Amino acid sequence: MNFGLIIQIAILNLFVQNFVIARFLGLCPFIGQSDDKKKALGMGVAVTFVMTLASFVTYLLFAYVLKPNSWFLTTFFGTIAEDGLVDVLKTASYILVIASLVQFVEMFLKRHVPALYRAMGIYLALITTNCAVLGVALLNTTDATMEMNLLTAVLQGFFAGLGFTLVMLLMAGIRERLQYLNVPRCMKGAPIAFLCTGLMALAFLGFAGMAN
Amino acid sequence: MTSFLLGSLLVLGLLALLLGIVLAIASRVFHVDVDPRIEQVEELLPGANCGGCGLAGCAMAAEQIVAGDASPNICPVCSADARAKIFELLGLAAQESEPKVARVLCGGGAACKEKDLYHGVDDCRAAVLVQGGAKACDFACIGLGSCVDACPFEAIFIGEDGLPHVIEERCTACGACERICPRHVIRVMPKKQVVWVKCSSHDPGKVVNKICQTGCIACRKCEKECPFDAIHVVDNLAVIDYEKCKLCGKCAKVCPKHAIIDIRALRRAAAKAAKQAEQPKQPAAADA
Repeated sequence: MNFGLIIQIAILNLFVQNFVIARFLGLCPFIGQSDDKKKALGMGVAVTFVMTLASFVTYLLFAYVLKPNSWFLTTFFGTIAEDGLVDVLKTASYILVIASLVQFVEMFLKRHVPALYRAMGIYLALITTNCAVLGVALLNTTDATMEMNLLTAVLQGFFAGLGFTLVMLLMAGIRERLQYLNVPRCMKGAPIAFLCTGLMALAFLGFAGMAN
Repeated sequence: MTSFLLGSLLVLGLLALLLGIVLAIASRVFHVDVDPRIEQVEELLPGANCGGCGLAGCAMAAEQIVAGDASPNICPVCSADARAKIFELLGLAAQESEPKVARVLCGGGAACKEKDLYHGVDDCRAAVLVQGGAKACDFACIGLGSCVDACPFEAIFIGEDGLPHVIEERCTACGACERICPRHVIRVMPKKQVVWVKCSSHDPGKVVNKICQTGCIACRKCEKECPFDAIHVVDNLAVIDYEKCKLCGKCAKVCPKHAIIDIRALRRAAAKAAKQAEQPKQPAAADA
């Protein structure tokens, strides 16, 4: 594992291919929770946490069960091992696994780390199968742009979550100021937030050159 | 093809079964006992999440009430009936809490001169940031209606006189208006205090006379009139000591600027005016 690759994944997911700004995933929690910095941070931390965990389990699921010639298929279903189950089952099984995992973690936190549970408990339930989380799982496995292993998949999940948090906090800062401006009535709330997101996306486009 | 279908069904089925078992076990292992009374108390609370108790929502209030960190009286919105039920649920002796209401402590509005023209956000808090708002009086109500927006019960409106008016029947004394007012001219006080000073100005009388028609000018007439020694001019403003006040309303009658309000007298006058407006109508109707 070389250091350069980590940097590359970090920059790619934080700026160039940012989940909210460049891929337009997870817009629902982004718009819904970005009107207050504290809420935005709570949501961001929860998303980062879930994305990292989800990357881990979905990669294992992909590599050992769904992939063509995977361990599970060659051992139990020799007949379909050639084709694999990726195309048929990726969405359904990912949702199932992520949702159960989040449920499990929520129960665990409630019992053993109640402080952390109170800090992000309500957000955890909200994002169990949000599109950004499912998106990072798919981008780690079937739709990956580069060859992924378990470590790079988890790193990608982590930095994608950080990128989400970053944009969330930027947006919360903007929206807190928007409250003191005379916004035309028809544009108040979500519409002006979407406009700002669009402008932010344009600005983030400047990072696109860094991909090389 | 069949083996493909069978394979995917089996994989997903196995996965679901496995996760289901894990979750079932986890829910047992990580079970946390929650006091069932919390839910019951929460049901009895109004559920408006107005924040009148100073806590973040009714759920948190219920938690603290059951834990004994807060008294059931903490909720100002709760009906007496529901409150009695909460006390009963927790096995506590009920205490009567005084009904309260929000009241405006400024009589300015249109009677108060403006020193500037304000063009900006329609919000008192924003206006105060710009040279203290448009009103000439530094203690006056700004009149842009932040309290109206803040009220979760639509109990406040801005009248023609440019002042907020509280509809007492709707007011639940949650205190949202009190907290949002940048000039602190709204205060939640016991409903039975029917006499109060409708001015917050600490300016000397000379200044008040120039800028406001109804402000307290610290003339001390009320102080001399009061038979119970309950009203005093402190720092250029008449202050009623409700421990001593018997609510006789003499100070309100004697105030030359009508800066002291006796709401009973106002109501009587309003009723009389309504009666008078009604009476001449009836013969007119008979004539027609």
